[in-house]
Amino acid sequence: MEENSTFKTVITSDHKLLDLHLRETFQYRDLIFLFVKRDFTASYKQTILGPAWAIIQPLLTTVVFTIIFGNLARLTTADVDGDFVLPGFLFYMTGNICWAYFSGTLGATSNTFIANRGTMGKVYYPRLVSPISTALSRLVSFGIQFTMLLCFWLFYVIRGGTSIHITPMLLMIPLCVLQMMILSTGCGIIISSVTTKYRDLAMLVGFGLQLWHYGTPIAYGLQLIPEKWMGLYMLNPVTPIITTFRFGMFGFGYFDLTYYLISWAVSIAVFFIGLILFSRIERTFMDTI
Amino acid sequence: MDEIMLKIDNVSKQYKLGQIGGTTLRDELQRLRAKRRGEEDPTKRIGAKDYNKGETFMALNGVSFEVKKGERVGIIGHNGAGKSTLLKLISRVTAPTSGFIGMNGRVASMLEVGTGFHGELTGRENIYMNGAILGMTKKEIDSKMEDIIDFSEVRQFIDTPVKRYSSGMYVKLAFSVAAHLDSEIMIMDEVLAVGDMAFQKKCLDKMSDVSKSEGRTILYVSHNMNTIRQLCDRVVVLDHGKVVFDGDVEEGIGVYMGIHDNMKEYVELRCLPRDPEFSPHPVTMTSLEMLNTHNSLCNVGDKITVRLLCDSERNIEQAFIRMIVKSGEGTPVTMMTTEEGIHLKAGGNSIECTLDTSRLVPGRYSLSPVVYEVNNLGVNVNLDGLKEVMGFEVAVTQGFNNNMPWMPRYWGYFYNKPIAFKWREHRGQS
Repeated sequence: MEENSTFKTVITSDHKLLDLHLRETFQYRDLIFLFVKRDFTASYKQTILGPAWAIIQPLLTTVVFTIIFGNLARLTTADVDGDFVLPGFLFYMTGNICWAYFSGTLGATSNTFIANRGTMGKVYYPRLVSPISTALSRLVSFGIQFTMLLCFWLFYVIRGGTSIHITPMLLMIPLCVLQMMILSTGCGIIISSVTTKYRDLAMLVGFGLQLWHYGTPIAYGLQLIPEKWMGLYMLNPVTPIITTFRFGMFGFGYFDLTYYLISWAVSIAVFFIGLILFSRIERTFMDTI
Repeated sequence: MDEIMLKIDNVSKQYKLGQIGGTTLRDELQRLRAKRRGEEDPTKRIGAKDYNKGETFMALNGVSFEVKKGERVGIIGHNGAGKSTLLKLISRVTAPTSGFIGMNGRVASMLEVGTGFHGELTGRENIYMNGAILGMTKKEIDSKMEDIIDFSEVRQFIDTPVKRYSSGMYVKLAFSVAAHLDSEIMIMDEVLAVGDMAFQKKCLDKMSDVSKSEGRTILYVSHNMNTIRQLCDRVVVLDHGKVVFDGDVEEGIGVYMGIHDNMKEYVELRCLPRDPEFSPHPVTMTSLEMLNTHNSLCNVGDKITVRLLCDSERNIEQAFIRMIVKSGEGTPVTMMTTEEGIHLKAGGNSIECTLDTSRLVPGRYSLSPVVYEVNNLGVNVNLDGLKEVMGFEVAVTQGFNNNMPWMPRYWGYFYNKPIAFKWREHRGQS
């Protein structure tokens, strides 16, 4: 008679607090890659413009923002006091592509269990594969949009006449992207875990993201916020990401280390709470979904 | 010593009865408030009884068995016996409530074919997709790509999006991927019930092949006893979440049939309710018994002998017996009757009948006995009758239909003598 410990795979009813199957998830990296590829190719099949849509959408949004918030509402695009010259177009585009990535990833990962129940109800694969591949496939779109941003940025840099200059803060950009990924995926998997039982949250996601958008300096500069509300306003973990990102791109802007670190702490905390919830739910969500 | 590939030890799975899931936060809050005030649950359906509340249902209750390397185990049981739950636990779709499951090796679960197929992707892309979901790496899929395409018989359309496939092609492609998995343990839930006959046979053969040559372990759930017989060398019978039999295939199928209500070799008929056309009934059939079957099972070509006991109110000179045979699904198949009148005496009578069921194809059937007489005008007058009181199964024998499963849906329930033929060489233009 063999002992129970000799089995390679063991399934029991008890589980650890944080059981992430990291090694297993790594073994399924081909699946992650294929999911990314599927998400990307499938969404542009049977379209004439194809991946160009990844560019057209933020481009049009930016044009609309420039007209409405810039020319009509005349909201400030300054994050800090000073005599800086910055084309509104570039300002809105930077904010828009960051927000598009953040909200897109959050929205898509918050649907993980419900959207994949057909597959997950029939086959086992590490469930974390789904949100990871969603975040990565959105990153591909983000990459395309960022390239577009760089083109416009280069155009303005070469043409001159703006305050844009290159500083070491440029190196913060990859860090900001990473943080956006962690924060949005973290929020997404928390929502996806809770929605397996309460569908209300799924309704709230679209609306909540819209509110969050207004609470983040995308359509306006940080200067618009009265001094006495700054402390509260900066607690929104996305705000420091956006302002730091803009600082990196333009070489001037708002950066406060305290707020920035708080934002990181919140991101990491959200991410881990998400992982714990996710690993709790993933074992039996098929029974309640 | 044979290696144990799968060990299931005292596994239970509990489900809550009543409504679970699909509830909203608002409902939950309303319920909480009502509970604190001692009011009735406001979210409850009007008229719904709450006897289910808090009760649980054991889909699996202390199931234990072991599977050795290379075994092909069939899991049978009636609907709700817990077969699918067991497969779900083994394939890790959901977790058990208690117990232990240990596995040595990779598990490929085919609870459905084509899991993860995406309509917009081409056949080839979907092979990668499906293979990866089932646990293959890209390299493994690459090395098997040609085999998979050949097996699927859809090479011509392999670079067409699968949304344009016919359902048959879709299934063939999906099954081909699963059949080429390199996993040590394969779990299948009636996936063979799809596709045309030739493809089904091809799949069964492929499964047997890989199991025999590579020592793969197969767990197969089906309601089709013929495929169980073809594929498996051991069966586990589940009933109400418990293992009731584990061992030889034929014996297990017998046990499974025995669980079914009308699969009895002796039935009391006296108190069974009669249809209006048989009431009042001057004759009362009291029991029906099969004399020469084993667990209600007979082989193709066998004749069945039954004994019918009946009480008559009066002497009947010319009574007849009619036995209607229906298929397991309830389709009338044939009828047999006595040619000469039977003299029934007032009081008890025992009639032994031999039913020529030798031409029935393998499958399950039921018997409906009728006693009638022909009156002076030559009209049939029913004396008593009951519907589908006794079931029996005709088992397949070696060599029947060249060892292919018989498909009653296409070929009916009767087989005839083999085709006689003469062969000679034929040449030249006609």
